[in-house]
Amino acid sequence: MIGFVVRRLMAAAPTLIAVLTLVFVIVRIVPGDPALVILGDQATPEAIAALRARLGLDRPLHEQYFEFLFASLTGDFGTSLVTGRPIVSEVAAVLPHTLDLTGAAMVIGTVVGVPVGIWAALHRNRAIDVAARILSLLGLSFPVFVSGIFLLLLFALHWKIFPVIGNANLADPVDRLHKLVLPAITLGLVMAAYITRVTRSAMLHVLSEDFIRTARAKGVPWRAVVWKHGLRNALIPVVTVVGLYVGILIGNSVLTEIVFNRPGLGKIIVGALNQRDYSMLQGLMVIYCFLIVVVNLITDLTYGLIDPRVKHA
Amino acid sequence: MTTLLDVAGLVKHFTVTKGFPRPVTTTVRAVDGVSFSVRRGEAYGLVGESGCGKSTVARAVLRLIEPDDGTVRFDGADVRAARGETLARLRRRMQIIFQDPYSSLNPRRTIGQALTEPMRVHGLASGRAARDRAAALLDEVGMPPSALDRYPHEFSGGQRQRIGIARALTVEPELLIADEPVSALDVSVQAQVLLLLRDLQKRRNLAFVFVSHDLGVVRWFCDRVAVMYLGRIVEEGSVGEVFAEPLHPYARVLRDASPVPDPSGRGALPRIVGEIPSAANPPAGCHFHPRCPHVRDACRAAYPGWRRRGERGAACVLV
Amino acid sequence: MSTAAVVAVSPVRRAVARFLANPTTGIGIILCILVALSAILAPILSPHDPIEQDVIAQLSPPSATHPLGTDYFGRDVLSRILWGGRISLIVSLTAIAAAIVIGGAIGMVSGYIGGRFDNFVMRVMDVLLSFPSLILGLIVVALLGPDLVNLVVAIGLTAIAPFARIARAPVLALKERAFVEAGRALGYSHARILFVHILPNILSEVLVMGSLWMATAVRTEASLSFIGLGVKPPTPTWGGMMRDGFENILDAPWLPIFPGVAILLLVLALNMVGDGLRDATDPKLRAE
Repeated sequence: MIGFVVRRLMAAAPTLIAVLTLVFVIVRIVPGDPALVILGDQATPEAIAALRARLGLDRPLHEQYFEFLFASLTGDFGTSLVTGRPIVSEVAAVLPHTLDLTGAAMVIGTVVGVPVGIWAALHRNRAIDVAARILSLLGLSFPVFVSGIFLLLLFALHWKIFPVIGNANLADPVDRLHKLVLPAITLGLVMAAYITRVTRSAMLHVLSEDFIRTARAKGVPWRAVVWKHGLRNALIPVVTVVGLYVGILIGNSVLTEIVFNRPGLGKIIVGALNQRDYSMLQGLMVIYCFLIVVVNLITDLTYGLIDPRVKHA
Repeated sequence: MTTLLDVAGLVKHFTVTKGFPRPVTTTVRAVDGVSFSVRRGEAYGLVGESGCGKSTVARAVLRLIEPDDGTVRFDGADVRAARGETLARLRRRMQIIFQDPYSSLNPRRTIGQALTEPMRVHGLASGRAARDRAAALLDEVGMPPSALDRYPHEFSGGQRQRIGIARALTVEPELLIADEPVSALDVSVQAQVLLLLRDLQKRRNLAFVFVSHDLGVVRWFCDRVAVMYLGRIVEEGSVGEVFAEPLHPYARVLRDASPVPDPSGRGALPRIVGEIPSAANPPAGCHFHPRCPHVRDACRAAYPGWRRRGERGAACVLV
Repeated sequence: MSTAAVVAVSPVRRAVARFLANPTTGIGIILCILVALSAILAPILSPHDPIEQDVIAQLSPPSATHPLGTDYFGRDVLSRILWGGRISLIVSLTAIAAAIVIGGAIGMVSGYIGGRFDNFVMRVMDVLLSFPSLILGLIVVALLGPDLVNLVVAIGLTAIAPFARIARAPVLALKERAFVEAGRALGYSHARILFVHILPNILSEVLVMGSLWMATAVRTEASLSFIGLGVKPPTPTWGGMMRDGFENILDAPWLPIFPGVAILLLVLALNMVGDGLRDATDPKLRAE
């Protein structure tokens, strides 16, 4: 198992460098001159030159690239152009909110999605299955800002059960949870829809395999077949897909945070966009890169836990 | 008869790299120095077990697979040196028929499209003329002209094989490379297709490189035959001689293992001992020595040289 | 092998039958056509000018003159929704079409060439794929500036990698088929083999994914507009209307409902069509 983990870690390194290169291309090369983007068209040439010097944009591109790579890999994500504070501390201040939200959404998605998916697969083409399919299709068609606003209209404005503003006091667990409910449901429903569909099709696929028929023929009770043979094998694709949906989850969390006015990475990114805080944008993208690589790593490792064959591959 | 195709020292190795973090590269010597020549209008057979490299030879001659070494001359022209236009013109003169009639035709194109496209590409005919020629070709392979507007899935395996043959004929080749052309067909259909091929050979004076694992088919169709084992030719000669009295022990084993129509005519079967070694790791010396009933010390030391006996030859110390 | 070849053409009819037998697909198609028609016919159907302001009728609830009410500037919500559909459809159609052409070409060529080149290209695509598409779109639009073309660029960029993957997989299988070898033996150019012989065989798979990615593109466009990175006001966009409605949610709670429903309907319809198409063409489902 340790060898497996080491191999995975080694494989993750080039991916990280590649993703960082992509960030460099997008942030540094795509817009042309970042200084012009930051200061706008009306800026004087002197101001632009000064900013270029301050950001190191006047140096050769490859120097900038290697310095960027080195800084990113050593954990130096830069400082905000607006506040002058290190981006790491800006992010650390709001990270608990984002983790609360995405974690809760993941839990909701799994707790709802996996059982419903299994249930639907076991009752294929019956009313329950049809309902699950329609609802999951609806769930993943809902842009989160639409479902979030609809939930807000119903539960916060109409019934006034939950607060409109989601800026929770982290020290107060009741307040923290109370303000998490609506945003977490908003984000969790999308995950639940995706997970339901993947679980259902994975389960259907596994149940049609020969070893299930063999187990049935041996006289293993149906319940045991489903739980012992079916589920374990069906979970493998589910884990992969959940790993892939983390990207969607991160994107959707930005929108959810805007709708519920929650502090978090999403709010920071939008704030940076509005204030043309170029350094902040770059730093945030680097942080997202790390996040994605780590999530992919966790997905791979989970794989190893569920599927004994992977460890030796 | 003049020599049409001359292959000398043909080599094709495949390398496979596997493993992490210490990748291991293995080289599969699929074709390891194969030489033979085919005369105009002659049917030349290549036989051997699966994996011996006979299909690779067929593809390397056409440069569908790029050979690593050796020369291929077609009617005096160097096939390996040909580029672009020259290569296209050479390829036009030698065509290939495939084993699997189901994958050899594009499922999305009608038979008419499949047959007229080569003519258009080579500027042989177009429009009405191309269609007429296609219909004539279909007639030649025993298919009705109504097939032109239909799709491959509407035909049986044997019919598709006929269509595949017609397509190969669209560019008026002088040499047909037939890669197991009847192995995928039912026995009854095999005979019809073989009769068609022989008929075409006589009528068009076609030369054939006929690749097969089925000795019965080769015996019936071919004039001369080469027996391949692990990427090399171990024996060559006229079909009658090679099959009547094989020189190489492997050729003998292969001959004795193939079914004989009359069971009473069969003697005691010699045992084939051992597994076929992998072409990735062939035994030192003669590749056949671990399985050979007549093995000697010399066989383990070095690969035996080619020895001639009249029109035939074999790579064996017994000759 | 043989079954794959047998199902290749005749199943078109079978797929169509299966497609129509699935009611969700039918509903999806009808909804898509309705949305497309309403967007095309927006100039005729709209009761009012979508950007004409009427300060007196500010934030009025649905009424006979304004069936869906008016917004903060007194603009007619129904007319704005009809016109806004145009932006959604134009942006997502162009972006996905571009992604299909560029991504599809990358995937086909990469798969056809194979070897190290293919490895490298697919590694790059994986990197593109691993980035959250909304964040990627967000940053690209933010850096390039929000307008129609840049929106198409940003959304198209996020969809290139998936289409490269989708196009590559079947090419890997098809290039091993004997008809490709036959084509080479017959002296066909690589371009002819790739675009005349292989392309038609992968088109259905790519187009099925196209409709599913259209749904994603509509959602992304609306999301970017909602964040404020869409086509600039006063041009009506559904996401922008959601943003306006959200800002006035306390005074006019109905305001965000209508554009929200419009977005949901179009995304749902596209997903329904894509789902139905996939079920109808998926060989695995057919085998069951």
